[in-house]
Order: sequence, then C-alpha cells, then structure tokens
Amino acid sequence: MGEKKLMKGNEALAEAMIRAGCDAYFGYPITPQSEVLEYLSREATKRTGMVLIQAESEVAAINMIYGAAGCGKRVMTTSSSPGISLMQEGLSYIASAELPCLLANVNRGGPGLGTIQPAQGDYFQSVKGGGHGDYHLLVLAPYSVQETVDFVKLGFELAEKYRTPVMILSDGAIGQMMEKVELFPQIERVPDRGFPWQTSGKPINGERRYITSLHIQPEKMEEINRRLQAKYKKMQEEEVRFQSMQIDDAEYILTAFGLVSRICMKTVQLGRAKGIKLGMIRPQTLFPFPIKQFAEIAPKVKGILDVEMNAGQMVEDVRLAVEGKTRVEFYGRMGGVIPSPEEVLQHFEQTFL
Amino acid sequence: MNQEVLEKNLTVVEEDICIRENLVYERPSTLIDIEMHYCPGCGHSTVHKILMEVVQELGIQNDTIGVAPVGCSVFAYHYLDVDMQQAAHGRACAVATGIKRVLPDKYVFTYQGDGDLAAIGTGETIHAANRGENILVIFINNGIYGMTSGQMAPTTIPGMVTTTSPYGRDVEVQGHPLKIGELLALLPGVCYITRQAVNSAANVRKCKKAIKNAFEYQKRKLGFSMVEIVSNCPSNWKMAPVESNKYVENTMIPYYPLGDIKVPEVK
Repeated sequence: MGEKKLMKGNEALAEAMIRAGCDAYFGYPITPQSEVLEYLSREATKRTGMVLIQAESEVAAINMIYGAAGCGKRVMTTSSSPGISLMQEGLSYIASAELPCLLANVNRGGPGLGTIQPAQGDYFQSVKGGGHGDYHLLVLAPYSVQETVDFVKLGFELAEKYRTPVMILSDGAIGQMMEKVELFPQIERVPDRGFPWQTSGKPINGERRYITSLHIQPEKMEEINRRLQAKYKKMQEEEVRFQSMQIDDAEYILTAFGLVSRICMKTVQLGRAKGIKLGMIRPQTLFPFPIKQFAEIAPKVKGILDVEMNAGQMVEDVRLAVEGKTRVEFYGRMGGVIPSPEEVLQHFEQTFL
Repeated sequence: MNQEVLEKNLTVVEEDICIRENLVYERPSTLIDIEMHYCPGCGHSTVHKILMEVVQELGIQNDTIGVAPVGCSVFAYHYLDVDMQQAAHGRACAVATGIKRVLPDKYVFTYQGDGDLAAIGTGETIHAANRGENILVIFINNGIYGMTSGQMAPTTIPGMVTTTSPYGRDVEVQGHPLKIGELLALLPGVCYITRQAVNSAANVRKCKKAIKNAFEYQKRKLGFSMVEIVSNCPSNWKMAPVESNKYVENTMIPYYPLGDIKVPEVK
C-alpha cells in the first residue's frame, strides 16, 4: 500500500513526477496548471536534486526538453491549451528524433485565449499529431486525480519503451479538484540510463552520437517515416487501454474520455434506474484508440452516444471504428461548460428513445 | 610547358606535400575526414576546423556536446566528431540549456547563424545569456540568410543588397542591424563576448584563441560566452572568395569592429 493523501490534481501530478525519478522539468506558468511548477519549486530540487527551470516561454521549455531528453534523461513539461499550441513545433522535432519525454496538457476552453475553465477541445491536436508531419503522441486520458498519478509513472515507461513523446491529456477540472490519492513509493533517479543513442559525450571507445530530424534524402526520410509508423502500429496492437462498465447486457453505449466519463458513469446509473440498459466505454488511451473494442461491440448494440466537452472530436474516431455497424450520435458542451448527468440522459432519451 | 611535363611536376609536388615530415598542417583528429557541403571560400569550414582544433588541444572530445540549429551549419554534425544535437530554428540556446543543466560537467556549445541567433531565436539567446547558462555560443555573422539563398538577415548592414532588400537595406523601412553582442554584454549572466573574424590568417589565429578562452571560462563555470565571428558568404554575396574576404575587411568589420566586448572580471 502506498501513501494516501488528499491532493489537488495538479499537485498530485507534480508529486508523481518527483516520485517517478524525473530528472528535469522545464515549464512556463499558465492557468489552470500553474500549481505544477509551484509545487515542484517548493519540493523537487531539495528532495531529489531534480533540475527545474521556469523557461521564458513554452517554445523554450519544449526545446529544453528536447536537449535534456537527448541526453537520455527522464524529463517532463506541463502546460495548458495555448501553451501546448506553442510547443507543437518542438513536439514534431521530438517525435521525429525519437526522444522519450512526458508532457501534460491541462486542457482549458478555446479556441484563442478562450477560458480557464475545463474543456476537451484539444483532442484533435493531441491524437492526430498536432505539429507538422506524420507523427503521433501516445495519449493517456486520466479521469481522476489517482489516474493522473498512475499515468505519470506509466507515461515515462511508455515514452522510454517506444522512444516517443507521451501526453497526459487532463483538463482544468481534474487539475484543480482535490481527491484522495494513493502515491507510489519514491523511485530513485538513475544517474545514467545508458541509452545507446544519448548524447552525453562521445564514448572513449565508441562512435559519437547525433540526434537529428533532418534527412535531406527523400528515401532516408521515408525510411524514418516508416519506422515511426511501425512504432504506432505496435502501440495500436499492444498499448490500447480502456475501461468498460455494464456493457454485457447493454442496448446502448455511452462513450466519453477524461472528466466526462465520470459524468457518464452517473448517467448510466440514472438510466439503469429507469430501466434503460445503458453501458459505457471509456478510452484511457486516446492514441492508440480502442478501435477493436468499438468494432466488436457495435453490432451488439442499438446505438452509441459519444459525449465530450467540445464540438465533437473523439466521435470521429468512434465512427471510424464502428464502420457504420451501429448508429453513433454526439452530445457536447463547449467553451468550458460541463454537462450534467441528467442533461446527458435527457439528450440520450431525446435522440434514441 | 607541355601537358606531360606539367602533370609530372604536379605529381612531384603532391608527393612532396604528402611526406609526413613536410606537413605543416594536419586535420585535427576531432574533425571527420569527409567532403564538406559548404561553398568554396565559406568561413564555416575554417571555423569548424579551429573549433575542433581547440577541442582536440583541450582534450575534451569525449566531454563535449554540440548543438547545430537550422542554417547552413545545420549539418555541422556530419563534420564535428563529438556528440551533437540538431535543433529547431532559433532554439539552440534552449536545447543547450536542457543539455547543460542535466550534464553540468560537460562542455556544451551551440553553432548558430545570424538569422537563427538574432532573429527567430533572439528570445532564447537573451534568456539563456541572462540566466548565465554556462555554455559557449559560436555565432557566425555574415549578414545574410545563406541556407535559404540570400535573404536579408537581422545583421545585414545598411545599404547591403540581398534578395529581400534588392535596393539595399533601408533602415527606415527594414530597421537597423542588430548588434546582439553589445546587447548581450549588458547582462550580468554573461561572462565573455568577443567579436572575431576568419578572413585572414592573423584573424583565424585570434579567433581560435578566443574559442579556447571561452571553453576555459566554461570549465571554470563563469557563465555565458559568445564568440561572434564576422564571416562571409561568397555564393549569396555573389562574390569570389577573395573578394568576399575583402568585403569583410572593408565593409563588415568597420560596422562590426573586432575585439573583446566583455571579458570575465575574474581572470
């Protein structure tokens, strides 16, 4: 049993980062995730000697991540929607150069400066690449403070396993709310991970290493692209994570990720109390997406209602997965508005019954 | 002289040069022995050579990590036999910060052009300097965007013709050249700023000494160093190499005077 505490989502995320043996954090303040940098500033360096820099911008922060990740270090940054947009160039370089790192987007309402309230409008940006070129982030979507903590540890492991940037797609509510959380024990920082590709000084009896995303020969660049795509295919086969609830006898499925899946859990209860056979699927990995799981359940149900805090983004992946084998409808609120369980049920009844 | 005799004489000279005892110059072991992509007469190859001579002389090849961002020198990692990272345009100082902070005992340098360092990367440059990041910035100032074939740079001098200032840089419209060395020298985190050139043998020697000084300051953890090198771009200046070196001497250097701009207080 780990240590149990009552913690705010962003602070729990920072605590998990320290405990995961993170070597360096580079970040820039932005609401609603500034507590991460504040908490680390109080705790991180004195406890583990971890490097911490408040960068001059998100652009600088993600490039500091590139440099430190390239030295084989365990590194992380966090931000919220507008800041994540600024990091997209760097993320494209990191994905192409195949450097492991972890980032969290505490999603707020947009577009533009938007609002500081929770939203899920960054789904497309998170799962479809975000920056230029053909690449993906591995995206984990926590629905609680506990899962945020668990995904920090898992996220580092996956980043290093696949040499890829991993994103935790959280939101302003999960970042700001307090919940009971069980913390994993401190993992010691590793002085030298010894990755063969890390630029930590040319080995005395070995070849020098270089990290690059530049390949002028188109055949070479295609080869890099093929390698990335093979990696994403392997993730699709091995890393899909999802949770289902009461799907065995379900006639209709609600699907949602992150915060909204908690709301939909309540909607399932309310529906069941009225005799409606509702079930729920909650993707925990948004990329890779649980394509197979949706394809399998589609012929067995009368319909799927996808609920999101955006104008309908994950619903496109649900529709692609079910290939028209069942009716897929969407309900969403935008701009930082959180739907209520009753509202979702009402919309479901109007749409399907 | 007929062709046959000429060839014979040339062969003899080549053979003489190749006798080890006759050598006056050797490629430093830290510079990879392949053909460079730089244009004939370009200062990059000279700076690569002296930089790697310093790395060899200081015996720090296994402890040095370089950063080459976008620009003509983005391929520096093909030539410099040390661990290297290629960086996004303008972000070298941020990347170098990430490297140096997690490996504080290694020597870290960036190798940047004027567009990279003083236009798109001005923010990263100033803030890395102001934090006193203990790194060396090699800054090639040739007043032009070489890689993208000759556009105006932040350091293009007034009146200089480029593809995007075809009537000469008009400071009323296009602003003034940015003397970033002088600007950085104001910051307390900065330990050493010097402006050098590689257009003559004497200047090459002085420039090499400056690079060596900078690595020694880094070893003593004195803070941010920048060696600005006023250089040429024969292809995009549309000049022969010798002519371009004269332009450096007669036009560039008067605008960007050579010498130390800031030196460490504690020597």
